[in-house]
Amino acid sequence: MIPLYWFLAFSIALFCIGLFGVLARKNAVAMLMGIELMLNAVNINLIAFWRYFFASSPQMDPTRPLAFVAIVFVAAAAEAAVGLALIISVYRRRQTVVAEDMNLLKG
Amino acid sequence: MDINVLTWLVPAFPLVAFFLIILFTNRSNRVSHTVALIGAGLSWLACMVIFVQALAAKDLAKTPFGSAISWLPTGDTALKIGVQVDPLTTVTLFFVAWTVLMIFIYSVAYHNYGAPKGDNDHPGLPPHGATEKAKGSGKKSGGGKVHMVPSVEPMYSRFFALISLFAFAMFTLVVSDNLLTLYVGWEIMGFCSYILIGFWYAKPSARDAAVKAFLTTRLGDVFMLLGLVALYSVTGSLSYNVIFANPNLLMASSGILGMSKGGLIGLLLFMGVIGKSAQFPLHVWLPDAMEGPTPVSAMIHAATMVSAGIYLALRFFPLASLGWVSGGPLTATMTVMAVIGTFTAIFAASIALGQNDIKRVLAYSTISQLGFMIAALGVGAYVAAAFHLVAHAFFKALLFLGSGSVIHGVEHGALHTGEHVDPQDMFNLGGLREKMPVTFWTFLIGGFALSGFPIITAGFWSKDSILADAFNNGQYVVFGVLALAALLTAFYTMRQITLTFLGQARTKSAEHARENRWVMLLPLVVLAVFAVGFGWVGIPATFPLLGGLAPNWFGSFVGSMLSAGAPAEGNSLVPLLTSLVVSLGGLYIGWLVYRDVKTGEPDPFQKAMPGFYKILKNKYYFDEAYAFLFIRPARWISETFSYQWIDKGVIDGILHFFARAVWVIGSVFRSGIDTPVINGAGDALSSGTRGLGGVLRRAQTGRIQQYMIIAVLLVVVVGAIFYSFLALVP
Repeated sequence: MIPLYWFLAFSIALFCIGLFGVLARKNAVAMLMGIELMLNAVNINLIAFWRYFFASSPQMDPTRPLAFVAIVFVAAAAEAAVGLALIISVYRRRQTVVAEDMNLLKG
Repeated sequence: MDINVLTWLVPAFPLVAFFLIILFTNRSNRVSHTVALIGAGLSWLACMVIFVQALAAKDLAKTPFGSAISWLPTGDTALKIGVQVDPLTTVTLFFVAWTVLMIFIYSVAYHNYGAPKGDNDHPGLPPHGATEKAKGSGKKSGGGKVHMVPSVEPMYSRFFALISLFAFAMFTLVVSDNLLTLYVGWEIMGFCSYILIGFWYAKPSARDAAVKAFLTTRLGDVFMLLGLVALYSVTGSLSYNVIFANPNLLMASSGILGMSKGGLIGLLLFMGVIGKSAQFPLHVWLPDAMEGPTPVSAMIHAATMVSAGIYLALRFFPLASLGWVSGGPLTATMTVMAVIGTFTAIFAASIALGQNDIKRVLAYSTISQLGFMIAALGVGAYVAAAFHLVAHAFFKALLFLGSGSVIHGVEHGALHTGEHVDPQDMFNLGGLREKMPVTFWTFLIGGFALSGFPIITAGFWSKDSILADAFNNGQYVVFGVLALAALLTAFYTMRQITLTFLGQARTKSAEHARENRWVMLLPLVVLAVFAVGFGWVGIPATFPLLGGLAPNWFGSFVGSMLSAGAPAEGNSLVPLLTSLVVSLGGLYIGWLVYRDVKTGEPDPFQKAMPGFYKILKNKYYFDEAYAFLFIRPARWISETFSYQWIDKGVIDGILHFFARAVWVIGSVFRSGIDTPVINGAGDALSSGTRGLGGVLRRAQTGRIQQYMIIAVLLVVVVGAIFYSFLALVP
């Protein structure tokens, strides 16, 4: 069996890639993709901990922690839907998806 | 009509006239003077009815006519006002009514009723005359020739309104039966004299004279008011009857100089008389009162003001003479009266010698004659004083109206010739005997009455009775001084008559003087009749040859006012011879000295005694002395002491000190607390907030990725802190 640390390391790597994408990319769509990566890294963490500590636990219903995973998925999907809709709307008005150019509210 | 009601009406008529004129008729000269004349005429009629009835009444002094009403409730009692007609009121009303009516009639002509409006006349100035084109088309005058004629007084109606009020005040004073209404009339008269002396108020001299008259008489009135208050507190009433009913209250000692209360009150009232009747030392206002129109002078000198003073002195003779028996030593109050009266008589008579103004000579003669009356009262010659009062009122009114007639006639001449001369200066007159015959003869009668021309004039009888009483009462000093004053009186009267009417005209104006209208001359003639005839009702029974031919009506009628009755008349020839000598001698010397004064020549008296003449000319420098002694110190007190020192120095200084102190405290607070602490804190708060905002706004870059970096760093840092220090290890 693959040890837990491998999953955790992978999750950290994925999270860092996503964080880097969010922080470093100018394109708003790419930043959104970075966020998706970070969310999925968290999901991998959750699944991994569930598999190793809770799947065979006799004390509690083994499916219960998976609800967190489902919530993260829903939040990610909603976020992607709203975010992409906003970006499309901005693009229609300003012909750009660069985050720095979206500065209408800046004093 | 019931005589009591009638007495109330005597003062009412002029008062109604006054209000009618000022409220309704002041636009029309004709209606105004008609109203005033009707008012004065009705009063005159009422006075004559009262006079006739009073003559018929028996024992009028003991049971006078009169009625009273409660006027002002004061606690348990009430101040009563009322009217009373006793012998003194009767004779006073008689001469007041006549002189007032004559002066009213005279004023119509004096103020040029019917004349055209002046070219440059202003209210408050005497009329200057109007140009008029000659109507005649004769060859000599030439059609359309322009010449000057007198113009009507600009404030004609106002004059009649005020003079009606003046008459009202005098009538009120005379008919009242108590000191309260007497005092009311007395003060209204003071006001009227003020406003009528200043009738031509645009002239500074008239204004000054008005203020002077008002203030000077007010000085006496203060003491008079004190006397009234004292009288009320002693007797509890101001009615004559109550006051005189109980002499024992007044006999009590006042504790001041050993005088009785009555004597002291009499002295205080006498001070009011000094002011009103212009006795030394308050005589200064009367000559200046000549600034008013001549009818006003006549009112003041004959009918009202000064007569009111003597009337009060007569009325309160019982107080002044309290404890005095005929022939005995004088009381303190009487001594004061005798001294002041005698001194005033000689003093004013001497000033009159050096005056050139025709009206001023008369003014000083009035002061002098009033001195005679006061001196007569001082030596106990009550009847003689009353007699002289009435006689003097008639002939002095006559003289004033006569002098007004002269001035008016000469002003006419001055307008005609275009010459600018003072028509009141006697040295500009002369030779008016032919130009103004009626004025001359009436003035001559008045002048002779004033100087006591023997037998025929009223002035002789009244003055003779004063001298005789002074002599018979043993007051030889008073007698001697008064005789000398009488000599001076005759002298300056003849000087006046000679300079004005005799000799040659000294100016063109006098040459072209014209006799006045009959309206002006009628009062002169009427008063001249009285100036002669009035003396015959008071011929002493003991007079050589004439005595006893006619009863001494005046002596017994007015003498009945005295509780002891008229004093016995002496029968010495000395005073009679003295009066003959002084009056005839004075008249003769006056004529001798002044019969031949040429144009531009100085007064012969000045040539003879230049130093003394200068003193007299300047009235013994009394005006200057008063200016130095009272007016300048008063000015100094008001301007320097009160204003500069007290007001500006002390009071303003205190205020300024407080202001400065508060200002300093305020500055300290401001620079010490307000500016650095409160303002500084406020400023620091605002600038700190501003600065902090300036710093913090750098963090607000608006770049989402920077925020994320910060957020991530914070998570790392806070996570590290939690991990290492709080050991929140799962």
